[in-house]
Amino acid sequence: MALCVELGDEISLEINTRVRALEFLIQQKGPAGVVETVPSFRSLLVYYDPAQVGYDALCAALGALAEQAETAVLPPARLVELPCCYEPELGLDLVAAAERLKMSTDELVRIHSGAEYLVYFVGFTPGLPYMAGVPERIQLPRLTTPRVRVPPGSAGLGGAQFCIYSVESPGGYWLLGRTPVALYDPEAAEPTLLRAGDRVRMRPIDRAEFDSIAAAVAARTYQPVIA
Amino acid sequence: MIRVADPGPQTTVQDLGRAGHLREGIPPSGPVDARAFVIANRLVGNPDDAAGLECTVMGPRFTAERVCAVAVTGAEAAVTVNEASAPQWATLVLKPGDTVRVGAARNGVRIYVAFSGGIDVPRVLGSRATYLRGRLGGLEGRALRRGDALRLAPHVGPRRPRRLTAAEIPALEPEPVIRVVLGPQADRFTKEGVHAFLSNPYQMLPQSDRMGARLAGPRIAHARGHDIISDGIALGAIQVPGDGQPIVLLVDRQSTGGYTKVATVGSFDIGRIGQVKPGQRVRFRAVDVAEAHRLRSEFEASLAQAAGGGVSR
Repeated sequence: MALCVELGDEISLEINTRVRALEFLIQQKGPAGVVETVPSFRSLLVYYDPAQVGYDALCAALGALAEQAETAVLPPARLVELPCCYEPELGLDLVAAAERLKMSTDELVRIHSGAEYLVYFVGFTPGLPYMAGVPERIQLPRLTTPRVRVPPGSAGLGGAQFCIYSVESPGGYWLLGRTPVALYDPEAAEPTLLRAGDRVRMRPIDRAEFDSIAAAVAARTYQPVIA
Repeated sequence: MIRVADPGPQTTVQDLGRAGHLREGIPPSGPVDARAFVIANRLVGNPDDAAGLECTVMGPRFTAERVCAVAVTGAEAAVTVNEASAPQWATLVLKPGDTVRVGAARNGVRIYVAFSGGIDVPRVLGSRATYLRGRLGGLEGRALRRGDALRLAPHVGPRRPRRLTAAEIPALEPEPVIRVVLGPQADRFTKEGVHAFLSNPYQMLPQSDRMGARLAGPRIAHARGHDIISDGIALGAIQVPGDGQPIVLLVDRQSTGGYTKVATVGSFDIGRIGQVKPGQRVRFRAVDVAEAHRLRSEFEASLAQAAGGGVSR
């Protein structure tokens, strides 16, 4: 059984922060009967065991926690630095995106890698971060025809959102580059790298460094930079 | 050890699934028809969450390399041991060299095979369940292949061979009525759309899998847009994209999604819808939350008694 706590009806930092704060309060206070939680842009899905808690009692408990759900209750965010190779052979839409934005690819890369992104939540496929913080100057509507296959690690822009594909999947975002870091590794002790609330920065690298990090990732010797 | 001669089209190792990782985008997996799975385990004297096999549409052929017990439950299929017909929903004791063949599902979709001791694969994130799309858990994160060897954990505790009576075997109905709670976005559909959903049969499509059951029937019309701001998808959530056709999300579902959800199938009916064959039809009936809780506790109570009761985790 599950119920969905909606804290608003738009994509905004304020509402998403309250969602994450509510989840954090649930983790801290452990209200009876809560089994699992799934944060997203503006709501928190709460799985519960009806043998342990009634619907009305749970709604009351979550309602009380939602009133306290604000930025102040959240622990400090992690800052994750992801190397990203912005070269057309890996960033399949880099050239087209720069043309559409009427800027050079260098400028697009400078703006994209100069920004700091916030992981609103992780979902859809294992380890895929939905991030906000895309500077207005480089926002683009999604591709009219989504790709059938997007390679894992592809860094994609869609509207005000930025995501990094964690497994090969279809996708409609503009691909600017690719990170050699695995956001999802089913054989790792912790298969997913990013968490809701993480801050993310992209560090531009060239193809040679991409290949050497990719080799270290494959050999399981690579340590992501997390502050 | 169990040697797999022919796995069937999609046979995976499952246990009762991995809870707690949807927030990382990792679904619980586990058997679609948990009741049939649990009964198979009880028939071979296992705890309910021991790892066994879920086979889609067709069962495997395998040889036992040591003495063990097996039980085959779920969809209706022919079972033979060394070419001699053997019953489903019963303890079958095997000697080394015995070959078991489980045929095509004649009624239902998912067949379960439990082995005494349970299949010994490593736990990944706390579970032995296979999540195929994520290449996680089970046997190397994949479906079984010809020639695979399955190690069985040592069997502990008593084992009393038994066979369920016809009355004890969960029925596979020709047109099951699936109980749903309307929402969370039922208000995004027209009155006529919701009425169509609750008063007409919907046919199972062959594209259905462990991620979702796709159905076809009268259009469940949207009142305003079919897209929402992506949010969490509960087990049994019924997504309705722009074409007005329902998709019931199952154990390997995506954790979040951006289509409107008209209703949610109660967890007690997930196994029933998961046994509906392509071409077969289902009907949906709305219940309120209190009724859904009551149906769930009824389901749990009846499962607690099934096959002589069980040892839970």
